Amino acid sequence: MNLAASILEGNRLALARALSWVENDTHQGREVLSALFAHTGKAHIVGVTGAPGTGKSSLVNKLAWHFRKLSTTQTPYRVAIIAVDPTSPFTGGAILGDRIRMRDLAGDSGVFIRSMASRGSLGGLASTTAAAAQLFDAAGFEVILVETMGVGQAEVDIARLAHTTLVIEAPGLGDEIQAIKAGILEIADILVINKSDQMGVENTERALRAMLELAANHPDWIPPIQRTVATLGTGIPELAESILQHRQHLLHSGEWRHRDHLRLQSELDFLLKETLVAQWRDTISINLYQQTLEDLGARRISPHQAVQMLVSGGHS
Amino acid sequence: MSERKIRVLVAKPGLDGHDRGAKVVARALRDAGMEVIYTGLRQTPEMIAEAALQEDVDVIGLSILSGAHMALVPRILELLKANAQEHVKVFIGGIIPDEDVPRLLHLGVVGVYGPGALSTTYIADIRKAVL
Repeated sequence: MNLAASILEGNRLALARALSWVENDTHQGREVLSALFAHTGKAHIVGVTGAPGTGKSSLVNKLAWHFRKLSTTQTPYRVAIIAVDPTSPFTGGAILGDRIRMRDLAGDSGVFIRSMASRGSLGGLASTTAAAAQLFDAAGFEVILVETMGVGQAEVDIARLAHTTLVIEAPGLGDEIQAIKAGILEIADILVINKSDQMGVENTERALRAMLELAANHPDWIPPIQRTVATLGTGIPELAESILQHRQHLLHSGEWRHRDHLRLQSELDFLLKETLVAQWRDTISINLYQQTLEDLGARRISPHQAVQMLVSGGHS
Repeated sequence: MSERKIRVLVAKPGLDGHDRGAKVVARALRDAGMEVIYTGLRQTPEMIAEAALQEDVDVIGLSILSGAHMALVPRILELLKANAQEHVKVFIGGIIPDEDVPRLLHLGVVGVYGPGALSTTYIADIRKAVL
């Protein structure tokens, strides 16, 4: 069976299997990705990030549901969801529970939900999440919602992967100082205050608005602040509209192409690094590596000197 | 190639609302290094088969306390087959009368576990069935 051809024909089992290969970084996975790469670059990748308990999964559920029902398009968007949850650093296992909140989407063949464990990667995504998104892109999904694992303030990887990044906040979770901390707010293309029927929503919005005025790192796109109550569906059509507007903005400003370029560059650099390190490892003896490590531990050489020693094969 | 992870779907088909057992099992499998997709309560056989396909799991663990196992399990196995997923190993935990166990095994279920089953037992059985 030619897996790439089956995926292009819309075979869901083939897609599911290819996702596993890619996630396990197998040889077959790389071949499928290469065969499909020419078909990528069309999907709108939407990142959804924010602290645990802000309602990311529920929001993704309602957004996907809304994109399936959009009446403005002739055929509704096909929606893929990649939901990332953390791998336990102690056991290597993971509990992936995002599907619990995505029951509304069951039985819809235009939706495909895939759970991914982070497998030791930091930054909110698994190292193979971008590759998984490429598969969905090639398979013809117009919208790909990527939900990060929600560890907090360091999840900037998603901004590199997504065209549009939603940062989800909720009233009462963090004070203004949380919002001032660098990173998470600066990656937001759209800010969402979920659970906005709860106390303190005014304070949260005021803090976010103040932050936005200071940030001003988007000269021609001011991130809108959207209030939602995901469990009730409140504010979802407006949020979806903002997402589509951001897409238009990216396309018209040339930013779409620019982000695509940056994404491919970071992927190229990453793969290059991995491959070079792997090649180098084949050339170096374990003994030299161990000896260098010992010298390092005894403070006979510095880390920089150790690296020099190792890349020159011991001739320094 | 990186280490192969066993992916398990833990699901509760049918209408009973007691998921303590399913959650304990999910936790035990996680601690054994597996990736557990937990789908929650009141899943239809169709939802379970669909999730198993999208997640490309190796194993499905069903928790059934309602007594409806002889209706639910054959339907789930049928749907797996229709999706070309006969290779997925199905395990059942819960309250299953002794006389039904051979019937379920005959249908293709790999293991049936009642109250008091040790996690070491079903973890070993899953590893054996998959690897």
